[in-house]
Amino acid sequence: MSELRILGEQAPAEHPHCWRCGNGPAHEHAEPVSLFCQFCNTLQPPVADYFSFFDLPRHLSLDLAELQRKFYALSRLLHPDRYTRAAERERRYSLEATAILNDGYRVLRDPVERAEYVLREAGFDIGEQRTRDVPPELLEEVFEFNMALDELKSGDETVVPQLMESRASFVSLLAEIDRELDAHFAEHDGAAGREARRAVLERIRKILNRRRYIRNLVAEVDRQLTAQGA
Amino acid sequence: MGTFQIDFGGAANKRIVGIDLGTTNSLVAYLDGVTPKVIPTPEGDRLVPSIVSYTDEGVFVAGEAARGLQIQRPERTVYSVKRLMGRGVDDVRDDLKLLPFQIAEGSESVIRLDLGGKLVTPPEVSAQVLLELKRNAEAHLGEEITQAVITVPAYFNDAQRQATKDAGRLAGLEVLRLVNEPTAASLAYGLDKRKEGIVAVYDLGGGTFDISILRLQEGIFEVLATNGDTRLGGDDIDERLMAIALEDIATEWGENLSGNLEAVQTIRRAVIEAKHQLSTLPKVAISVRYGGRVYQRELTRELFEQLIQDIVERTLQPCREAMRDANLTPEQIDEVVLVGGSTRIPLVRKAVEALFKTKPHTELNPDEVVALGAAVQAAILSGDVQDQLLLDVTPLSLGIETMGGVVTKLIHRNSTIPASATETFTTSVDGQKNVLIHVLQGERELVKDCRSLARFDLKDIDPLPAGMTRIEVRFLIDANGILSVTARDLRTGRQQSVEVKPSYGLTDEQVEQMIRESFERAEEDFAARQVREARVEADNILSAVEKARANAAWFDLSEEERAAVDAALNGLQMAYHSEDHRLILDQIEKLDAATRTLAESMMNSAVRQALKGTKI
Ligand SMILES: [Zn+2]
Repeated sequence: MSELRILGEQAPAEHPHCWRCGNGPAHEHAEPVSLFCQFCNTLQPPVADYFSFFDLPRHLSLDLAELQRKFYALSRLLHPDRYTRAAERERRYSLEATAILNDGYRVLRDPVERAEYVLREAGFDIGEQRTRDVPPELLEEVFEFNMALDELKSGDETVVPQLMESRASFVSLLAEIDRELDAHFAEHDGAAGREARRAVLERIRKILNRRRYIRNLVAEVDRQLTAQGA
Repeated sequence: MGTFQIDFGGAANKRIVGIDLGTTNSLVAYLDGVTPKVIPTPEGDRLVPSIVSYTDEGVFVAGEAARGLQIQRPERTVYSVKRLMGRGVDDVRDDLKLLPFQIAEGSESVIRLDLGGKLVTPPEVSAQVLLELKRNAEAHLGEEITQAVITVPAYFNDAQRQATKDAGRLAGLEVLRLVNEPTAASLAYGLDKRKEGIVAVYDLGGGTFDISILRLQEGIFEVLATNGDTRLGGDDIDERLMAIALEDIATEWGENLSGNLEAVQTIRRAVIEAKHQLSTLPKVAISVRYGGRVYQRELTRELFEQLIQDIVERTLQPCREAMRDANLTPEQIDEVVLVGGSTRIPLVRKAVEALFKTKPHTELNPDEVVALGAAVQAAILSGDVQDQLLLDVTPLSLGIETMGGVVTKLIHRNSTIPASATETFTTSVDGQKNVLIHVLQGERELVKDCRSLARFDLKDIDPLPAGMTRIEVRFLIDANGILSVTARDLRTGRQQSVEVKPSYGLTDEQVEQMIRESFERAEEDFAARQVREARVEADNILSAVEKARANAAWFDLSEEERAAVDAALNGLQMAYHSEDHRLILDQIEKLDAATRTLAESMMNSAVRQALKGTKI
């Protein structure tokens, strides 16, 4: 079970002793803390940080097979199905821990959600409101794209080939952005020191905004084409 | 702090049963060693019809007994009640066209069926089916059953799940888990096969359709995506056939029977039988006898397939969507498992095979596989099965109402459950003391197109200038797919009180009230039965004494003895109509004592007569 110990960055300070057997601290050292009491093996209140939960370094590049393996192993240990006949409090911790496990798996396995999570936890603002700022290099193309979309909305289907062409160009742009993101992830993970990492994160934030903007364009054209039955 | 132990009150070795609470039929199963088994009824049937009747005597009967009353007492006999679970009357207008039930006034948030004056909610009706299954299980296993796993359609929303849980409580069952039907089926399928890979479960039941796609790996059953339609099933097929039969009869007999409940039930039986036969025969005869007349017509499988083509088509779009959500193509699906009686229809099998490009498994009994899976899940919960684990998903996105009637999604559909989301709310007016949060379920953008779940009222907020208060609200969907909400004032760290107003379904208080009433009713019923039994006993002794007064032995008694018997006889006749069974039993005893000499002398003379070889 040692591989399932988790780093206790946010170990709940109000529970230094085991809630069940009263022995304490429930974990021999502040870090890493286990999900379970080292004396009586009872489930302890879970930590909320996803990387800590999965006992993973705070990296933006992840081995997805490894992540899935840990997800299955932790599910076996924490799932409420395993605690049907446990005490009420342990059942509650099991529910909370499994919710964090599932939420964390969902976020960490998706590169974009993972990056957004790291940004948010590092105090960056990644709100949707920035999607209105058109990336300067796309200004002209987006202008024409919007014109064509308006024409499609008013029933002119002759613009469909032009829209499909724009769509293809956006999709290849997305692929390019994803490669760019990968490179930045590697740079972030290799960066020495907090400041260096923050500098990379700031660049990643901009790339993600651009990506979100382009994705919305693709989604919009798909929606309009479906609506027109084209 | 000292150590302490928790007493589990013997719960540790209590048996948990698995229940498939179906639209048409229900089953109960348990794990016998390593094999899941269906528990038969005392009559030996494996399926219990999901039919409940409120009899003229004022008691509920369920299952086969209720099925027997379907034709004589159609207005008091409920079937397909699953279609009404967790719904308001506006949701079920279409369903009600198919169902001959009277709906009482005020059924907006919970439907109340009027069974000849007796008002019942769908959970109460389902509870009667569950009670029947519980009794069957108790009789078969010889022990009390109080804990169960109950299956629900994967596409059931929060209110429908809650209604099912309420039904369990009303039947005296602690529902330890609600399991999605297709997922349960996959458990039964994967148990003895040790399968690995991607499995699609296609589940076409009596009233609902579900598709679930799972990854089976090392005993983990991970649902990747689920989709469905809670208003699509075998009932719709029956309806098509009914329409044809009713139209034919209207032409042939010159009589429209669609308003005649008794006739409609007779015709329904006939078309269902024809439908079943068409799964193996190329053509069948629909045959109806009613009111001394006979209606007959031939139905070919070809015509049948034309009639139901669009119903089968309607199941395919959810399948495509589920594959898209799981990021899979049909080529990546390793196996397809069929569940539900309607998957016996050859056209359904053909359509499924064409879509998934693989021959579906048909070796499992599609009527039983869900109940068997529920029994496996029950054994997982009891700890008897250790190496399997189900990871299910929520079928519908969960969101809250924001400015302009728009829904902001917090937990997306196909998220593995338990799942949670946290959102911070603030006040918009100075001194505001509460915040109302409207929670919805569904995929659409606008509030009016989604399903209202509940309104959560964050109460007793410290009155502060607008925007100063920050309340963190945590939405948590548990392993049953049911939502709970907790709130915390971020400024004070205090737990914030939340009042829940469910949009559909019963409140906790209502369910508790019903449970109390059913206990009171049980007492009343018990008392009534004791009185009835005492009167039966009184009838016996009264008629025996009446006969004895004509016997020669009566005249052998002394004057006083005869007077004592008459007094006791009179006493019992007086007590006979009392509602207190003890009074009746008391008088029976007195009469018994007063007639002892008489009985003895009668016995002696009988013996003497017998020895003489003559009959008295
Ligand atoms: Zn401990």
